[in-house]
Amino acid sequence: MNLHGVAAIYRFEMGRARRTLMQSIVSPVLSTALYFVVFGSAIGGRIPEIEGVSYGAFIVPGLIMLSLLTQSIANASFGIYFPRFTGTIYELLSAPISPLEIVLGYVGAAASKSMILGLIILATASLFVPLHIAHPVWMLTFLVLTCVAFSLFGFLIGLWADGFEKLQLIPLLIITPLTFLGGTFYSVKMLPPFWQTVSLFNPVVYLISGFRWSFFELSDVSVGLSLALTLAFLGLCMIAVWWIFKTGYRLRT
Amino acid sequence: MNAIVSIRNLSKTYATGFEALKRVDLDIQRGEIFALLGPNGAGKTTLINIVCGIVNGSGGHVAIDGRDIIRDYRVVRAMIGLVPQELATDMFETVWNTVSFSRGLFGKPANPAHIEKVLRDLSLWDKRDNKIMTLSGGMKRRVLIAKALSHEPTILFLDEPTAGVDVELRKDMWEVVRSLRAAGVTIILTTHYIEEAEEMADRVGVIAKGELILVEDKTELMAKLGKKKLVLELQSRLSEIPTGLTTHNLELTEAGSKLVYTYDTKAERTGITVLLNELRAAGIVFKDLTTTQSSLEDIFVDLVRNSK
Repeated sequence: MNLHGVAAIYRFEMGRARRTLMQSIVSPVLSTALYFVVFGSAIGGRIPEIEGVSYGAFIVPGLIMLSLLTQSIANASFGIYFPRFTGTIYELLSAPISPLEIVLGYVGAAASKSMILGLIILATASLFVPLHIAHPVWMLTFLVLTCVAFSLFGFLIGLWADGFEKLQLIPLLIITPLTFLGGTFYSVKMLPPFWQTVSLFNPVVYLISGFRWSFFELSDVSVGLSLALTLAFLGLCMIAVWWIFKTGYRLRT
Repeated sequence: MNAIVSIRNLSKTYATGFEALKRVDLDIQRGEIFALLGPNGAGKTTLINIVCGIVNGSGGHVAIDGRDIIRDYRVVRAMIGLVPQELATDMFETVWNTVSFSRGLFGKPANPAHIEKVLRDLSLWDKRDNKIMTLSGGMKRRVLIAKALSHEPTILFLDEPTAGVDVELRKDMWEVVRSLRAAGVTIILTTHYIEEAEEMADRVGVIAKGELILVEDKTELMAKLGKKKLVLELQSRLSEIPTGLTTHNLELTEAGSKLVYTYDTKAERTGITVLLNELRAAGIVFKDLTTTQSSLEDIFVDLVRNSK
């Protein structure tokens, strides 16, 4: 195993985050803080508690998920797309490093950045609302699994995209709407029965529900199902990445 | 045989249907400098890219030091350094970081002393903390060489290393290449420039339209490519070359208005003085004279034509 290679990619990607601190950390933390101010304090003060949890606290897991999903995808997709765009990918393709090791380096770094970001947002949120985490280990499990799965998904987007526009396409047109409609700001149970059923087709519902359960023991769907679907999504992304490296799709002509 | 790179029946057809390589066979000897010459689109870069793992071959087999490049990719690629034709760099990184990154990527533990040596040899030491985007084109080319040398390869591929590089830098690079060869590194370079091959290579391969037309010792090839033509524009047309002059390599063209003398620039005596004296003695007067040397491209075209 080329551990030096994995470490080189990981360090390189983490170095990129340090260089772009404003974009990587400050900007998502600021936008999440704005959500807390607007929805948590200004509007949330007029919304009654949801199953015994104040509205400000209720939206915290959803807001963290929103950042985790968008930032994992953005970090990982840009990480692999940029070398393809500039041509420096030649070095990666000619190096004695396996596809698994390349994925470990890039996805590991993107997931690490998202985890750090998630924890910073959590710390920021605790400044606005009193937070109690009922199941810290499960909270961390969902956090790690989501970061890894969506970093892998972002890596796939970075391999698939053949322009900067495509890089933004899926996060903007699919992920953000699914997250907003996935129960970030409300409990799916508050919807009319028809829309509750429709929501069950939104995979993000399961992520947010599981994550919220680890905080407040409140969930829209069963925790086991949330965990199973998160793992299934992770598995699907792994298979897709494996196929891409096996066939050389978009990498080797 | 002491071939360190062994290419057999290598072919490549791109998805567009373009046949970039047609059953190429080539052996590169350990420790030699091999120059691969050819016009644009001849297949030079495709050949290098397949050996280095960037492009998948469509057929054939490549072995490095007896090991298959696909099955034993870890061992093989660790032996190879590649300097690509395009100036593709991590522009926001510093020189030191990007060269250190390459060493790690190729599976070697950090070795600041080696990186320092490489940077000093390439006159990059003063620029080690500079971001690559601030460097000139020539300096970026040096960074690419430093990256390729960071993991101490035993085979170095240089794809058009001196394209767009000024004369001074070109000479510096030749010096670096010579010192690498002295250290036992096998070097394969592609170039448009005949003088580059002449200056550096032990052997030369000529590739055109995906076919390897010839592989020869440089000295022998230079003798072939070293032909020059002296064109004499005559005052009055000749119907044939006078018998006294037939011993010279002469040709009458353009309906007898021009006399063309082909000679070897490398020969000790070109025969020009003798020819001019004999022309005067034969009463042949010319109003102008020019000398021409076939361009490398012309020579390739001739070689391709002759090979068919």
